Order: sequence, then structure tokens, then C-alpha cells
Amino acid sequence: MEKEQKPQVLIIGVGNLYRGDDAAGLLAVRQLKEMRLDSSVIMEHSGEGASLLEKWKNADAVIVIDAVDSGSALGAIHRIEPTEKPLPTGMFHTSTHAFSLPDAIELARALNELPPRLLVFGIEARNFQAGSEMSPEVRDAIQKVAKMVADEATALQTALK
Amino acid sequence: MKSRTIKVDYLARVEGEGSLYVKIRGDELVDVKLKIFEPPRLFEAFLRGRRYSEAPDITARICGICPIAYQMSAVHAMEDAFGVKVEGPLRDLRRLIYCGEWIESHALHVYMLHAPDFLGFPDAIHLAKEHPRIVQRGLQLKKAGNEIVSVLGGREIHPINVCVGGFYRVPTRSELAPLAERLKWARDAALETVKWVAQFPFPDFEQDYIFVSLQHPDEYPFNEGRLVSNRGLNISVHDYDDNFVEEHVAHSNALHSVLKSGEAYFMGPMARYNLNFDRLSPVAKEAALEAGLGPQCRNPFRSIIVRSIEILHACDEALRLIERYEQPDQPSVPIHPHAARGYACTEAPRGTLYHRYRIDESGTIRDAKIVPPTSQNQKRIEQDLWQYIPSHLHESHDQLRWQCEQAIRNYDPCISCATHFLKLDLERE
Repeated sequence: MEKEQKPQVLIIGVGNLYRGDDAAGLLAVRQLKEMRLDSSVIMEHSGEGASLLEKWKNADAVIVIDAVDSGSALGAIHRIEPTEKPLPTGMFHTSTHAFSLPDAIELARALNELPPRLLVFGIEARNFQAGSEMSPEVRDAIQKVAKMVADEATALQTALK
Repeated sequence: MKSRTIKVDYLARVEGEGSLYVKIRGDELVDVKLKIFEPPRLFEAFLRGRRYSEAPDITARICGICPIAYQMSAVHAMEDAFGVKVEGPLRDLRRLIYCGEWIESHALHVYMLHAPDFLGFPDAIHLAKEHPRIVQRGLQLKKAGNEIVSVLGGREIHPINVCVGGFYRVPTRSELAPLAERLKWARDAALETVKWVAQFPFPDFEQDYIFVSLQHPDEYPFNEGRLVSNRGLNISVHDYDDNFVEEHVAHSNALHSVLKSGEAYFMGPMARYNLNFDRLSPVAKEAALEAGLGPQCRNPFRSIIVRSIEILHACDEALRLIERYEQPDQPSVPIHPHAARGYACTEAPRGTLYHRYRIDESGTIRDAKIVPPTSQNQKRIEQDLWQYIPSHLHESHDQLRWQCEQAIRNYDPCISCATHFLKLDLERE
């Protein structure tokens, strides 16, 4: 039966494919899909907060990958554990949704529904124009993040067993 | 004369981004501009040269919140062009998926975006800390809507199962059964929602609006009907272009839409309610009356009650549609494209969405026009602020700014549809 399966890590890539660097989260999870990790369930998502909350509701471990704009060098990778404290404000102004990823995390915290293990990987991005090309620095960062997330997912799964 | 400047950089809790600019000189309001500065997305241009059958899926990408509205206006316009009528269970399924979108979109707006304004919370997160069970109810209600869209649309976001003539695949009766179970809970939750929002404090503000919405002979409007107003407009959607004009204003990249007379008008839940109260399901009508709302409502701040009544109506209607559903033999009716023009209006959660297409003999789109509800409400939003602000100039800077944002949120604007992106400047010189 399904219940006998090994616990899995839910990996969610957030972004918009048509807005330059904003596609980073989506492209990163597409790389991860190609790695065929048996430790993980992989999902692409628009970043609409209320729906994100629903997706990770019963998950034991979740990794979210998204583009961020915090003023660091383009392509910089941020590893954040929001179970400890809120996401730095102003970092995720990339979503056009009224209710976005940081809102979803804080709402989940308020409702006592944060996944027990939650990691956010932010890829520093600059260019969010509709129809624009992705920056080369972000392309390079996507490769690195995919490898980092694969390792984290394996470690998390081991910890869950 | 002393002038004041209030600046608000970012208008939160609306879909997409843009800005509002308000300028007050002394005791006089001198300027209000709802600015939408994101570049136009040119969907109408890149529909040209595509197959008629691609319109529902291409236009659905205009909005992540109301893709069903785009799909519905697109398929109805194409069927209008080719003289096809979709009836029976297929028509019911379309109404059902539209119920899903209304529930999902309205629940998000009522609970996450608008309710915090009335209760003095900066956002839904603070609301959740104080009232976790209420916010949970809102999230579960939204989920009930999402599930309808997922089952009928093939997936929750950017559904892909709607086609000209019907659906690519229709559900079995047993696939709809679990939806009904959740909808029974949702209908109760929607009734609780109406009661909850009805006791919020509302500013005393009524306007003599021109309401415009679809009207169907015996249904609360989703997909079909004539376009009517409370000022005697009563037209076929074929005559839309003869009665409404889009004009470019320098401060917005979304075209302003006005009546031929130059007047602004009001679309969405408030308009539908005022023009179609009799056609609400009995349970929704009763809840409205109990909430203290008569068949007419002219205070836009009370739109949160009207939106909640529409959630209740949509839950009740969805249950009725599921109950009588019989799986049709074919998932769609055959389409034979030919050179033609097609027109449709359907009721998106935020208001009437107009599509018009010109198709050539091979079935290729030669020309397209799309008028989303938010661009039609733009001018009306500005006029509300022109009326509201002068009698509230004594309020503190922050209070007035808050009220301006709240007044904008009355319309649940989707700037992503109108073009994209909103920021807010409130200036007192």
C-alpha cells in the first residue's frame, strides 16, 4: 500500500516562465526532474500563496525554490530556514500575486501549519520583465541550486526515516 | 495655499501591481489617477494567425486567478461565430466549472485580501493569528472551488480541458460525487461567511452607479444573456462595440472603458446583484435579506457581503448541477469553422469579460478584441475616490491612505488582467 512507501520530500519550484529571471525556480525543478530522485515529489507552481499552503499542508519536508531580489550579487544563492524565523522582508517582491510565498509561510506559521522541515532556496535575480531573456548568472545558479537541493532532499529523506 | 503630499509606494492585496496617485491642495482634492504602467501584453496581437481552437488556452494565460472566464468567453465567441449551441450536460459542466472559479476567487478576496481592512488588521497573517479558525474556513472554501476547477479543467492552475464545442473529456458521475460532499460543507461555510462579513463596520458611502452585467431570463448570470444596465441599456453582446468605447489615458497602460455617453460604469458582483437579485438561488436570497441587504445595494464597501452571497449561490448552484448531471455520449459538439465574426460576454468573478473574434474561411483568427472587467472598472474606481476623499480629508494620513486602498479593493481589481502590476502614491502638497 502507499502508506508503506518511504517518506518523500516535496520540492516546489515557483516562478513565471515568461518573466526573465523569474523562471529560475521552475527551471531548477525541471533539472531536478531529470535527475529522477526517488526521494522527492517535484512540483511547478505559480507562487499563489493560498494554493502553496494547501500543497505543503501534510508534507513532512518541503523545499521551495524561487527567484529573489535582495540586492546581493546576481546569481547569488540564499539558503533560508523559515521554520526558525520569518523570511527577510523585501526579498520576494517578485510575485504579482496578491498573496505570495512569504505570505504563505507566515500564514502557515500563524495557523500552526508550517511543515516540520521547510527550506527555501532563493536565487538572486534582477530581470523580471515580461518576455525577456534570463541572465547568464541566474542560469549558472540554477545548475548549482539543483545539485544543492538534490543533496538536501536526500539528507532530509534519511532524517525522516 | 498650503498643499499636502501623501505618498504610498505599494498598493498591497490586489492582483498585480500598479499605482494610485492622489494629490490634495489645501482642502481641495486636485488629482486622482489609477496608474497602470506595466507594458501592454499584446495578447490580441498574437492571437492573429492562430487557429480558432487555440483561443481558449492562449487567452486563459492572461490570468492565473480567472482563467476559466477567459476560456468561457473564448469558446462562446467561437461558437457564436460558427452558429453552434452547446446545451444539456455540457452547458451544465461549463456552469459548474465557472462556479468553481467564482468560489475560489471570491473566497481568496473576501478572506485574504478584503476582510483585514474591515477588522483593522494589516493583512491576513495578522487576521489568522487572532482568528485562525475563520481563516482556515476561508482557505477550505477556496479549496472547494479549486477542486471543481481541477476535476473539470484537468488541473488547478491554467486548466486545459475546455475546448470550443465543450470539453476534451467529460467526468463520470462518480468523479463528481466527492466534489458534492465537500460542496455541502462549503455551502454551510459560505452561509457563515455571509453572517461574518455582514457585521463588519461599513463607511457610509453610497453612489448613484450605472451597473452593467449580463442578464439571463431565469439564471443568475455566468455564461450567457443580454448586457443590461439599471439605466435602460439592454443589448445583445453583438452590439457591445456600439455601446462601449475604449479610450487611452496618458497615465494608464490599460485602456479605460466608458459608455458611449462618456460615463463610467460598475461591473462585477455589485452589478450582478443589483440587476439579478431575483435570480439568486433561494438560499442566497434569504441570506442576503438576513444580512440586511435589500435587493439593491449602492455602498461599494458592502461588496464584501455581496461577494460572499455569490460564493453561497455558486456552492448551491454547483450542488444542483452535480445532482442532475448525466454523462453525455460525446464530450463536445462538432465544429465546422468558416469565415465569420463571433462575440461573447461572460461573467468573470470581477465582472463582464468581452471577447470578439474575426475568423477566416480556414479557421484562422484574423482579428481579436478582449476587454477585461478591471479595465472597465478603472474609471469608476477613480470616481469613487474623487467622491470619497473630500469628505475624509480630516482623517490622518495613514487612515486616509488605508481607506483609499480599501476603496480600490472594493472592486477586487485584477491588474494582471488589465495589463499587470500596481503601486500607490497618495500626495498631499
